Amino acid sequence: MNTWIAIGVTALGCYAVKLAGLLVPAGVLERPFVRRLAALLPVALLAALTAQQTFADGHALVLDARAAGLGAAAVALVLRAPFLLVVAAAVVVTAGVRAIGG
Amino acid sequence: MAADGTGKPDAAVVRDALGVGVAVGLSGVAFGVTSAGSGLGLLQTCALSLLVFTGASQFALVGALAAGGNPLTAAAGAFFLGVRNAFYGLRLSQLLALPRAVRPFAAQWVIDETTAVTLAQPTRRAARIGFTVTGLSLYLLWNLTTLLGALGAKAIGDSDAWGLDAAGPAVFLALLAPMLKTSTERVVAGLAILLGLGLLPVLPAGVPVLVAALAAPAVLFAEGRRGGRTRQDAPDGSDAPNVSGISDGLDVPDGSEEVR
Repeated sequence: MNTWIAIGVTALGCYAVKLAGLLVPAGVLERPFVRRLAALLPVALLAALTAQQTFADGHALVLDARAAGLGAAAVALVLRAPFLLVVAAAVVVTAGVRAIGG
Repeated sequence: MAADGTGKPDAAVVRDALGVGVAVGLSGVAFGVTSAGSGLGLLQTCALSLLVFTGASQFALVGALAAGGNPLTAAAGAFFLGVRNAFYGLRLSQLLALPRAVRPFAAQWVIDETTAVTLAQPTRRAARIGFTVTGLSLYLLWNLTTLLGALGAKAIGDSDAWGLDAAGPAVFLALLAPMLKTSTERVVAGLAILLGLGLLPVLPAGVPVLVAALAAPAVLFAEGRRGGRTRQDAPDGSDAPNVSGISDGLDVPDGSEEVR
């Protein structure tokens, strides 16, 4: 039930902001500070999420196979690999390190 | 052929749009697998792709739920990630000039990829074609591959053994990397990582990410106090969504931002 609540709230919220952008007069959101904040919020959230989903195990910080996988994804990104290949590199390397016993 | 004879040929627009739509649409597999691996049911996973349809928010939500986060905290993180779409919508509504009655239907497709394709088009006709073809192909494929990924995850059992728990962070990293254009973005990212990891042991699940989001206004505020001249030489990144390796050819010019 909790999951459905989260899905419902997220769906409504995300749709509302998409629609708001199409409906509100341009001037309201065009202030430089607001625009810069909107551009930087995803940077902060994505950075924190990347770090947490790589190094967190519940409330503990751990270094496990996922770190190797993320490293592989980073290398793929530096080599300008396509999106799917970046994700695949992370998955394959993580699975590989786990199989070896990492 | 372009109708007005000045823009780029319709076929070229459709080709660009399909390139992005298909490549990103296929990565719905990663979401389906991750979501199922996080303990969401098939219906819940598909509902997210159908109704939320903005990848980063979807990954964030299932990650937060899997970590045991409160549903509203989890939804808040996903929502804040989706706020950028409002700013895409602003630009798109000027470019597409959609009738008001169409906007509620077009809204669901206002995401990183459709914006990148649309903003790269030279004419309104090309922009409309680009938006529609990217939106349609991406929506159909993303939902189809979400379903396949979720079904596949059930079939293979323990998704962690297959390394699939690394798909989520890899997606986030791929979305983040092209945003790190100037020192401002890098400082925000670094501060957010410190906050997100540092607060993890002490705050309830999902809350550290929301606190980490405060890195954005904090750095902006600090920059403003320093006189805010650091952006002088920086290309504007605020309206240039990019998905690594896919829309690299779609650099989005933006002349509207004032140098702070």
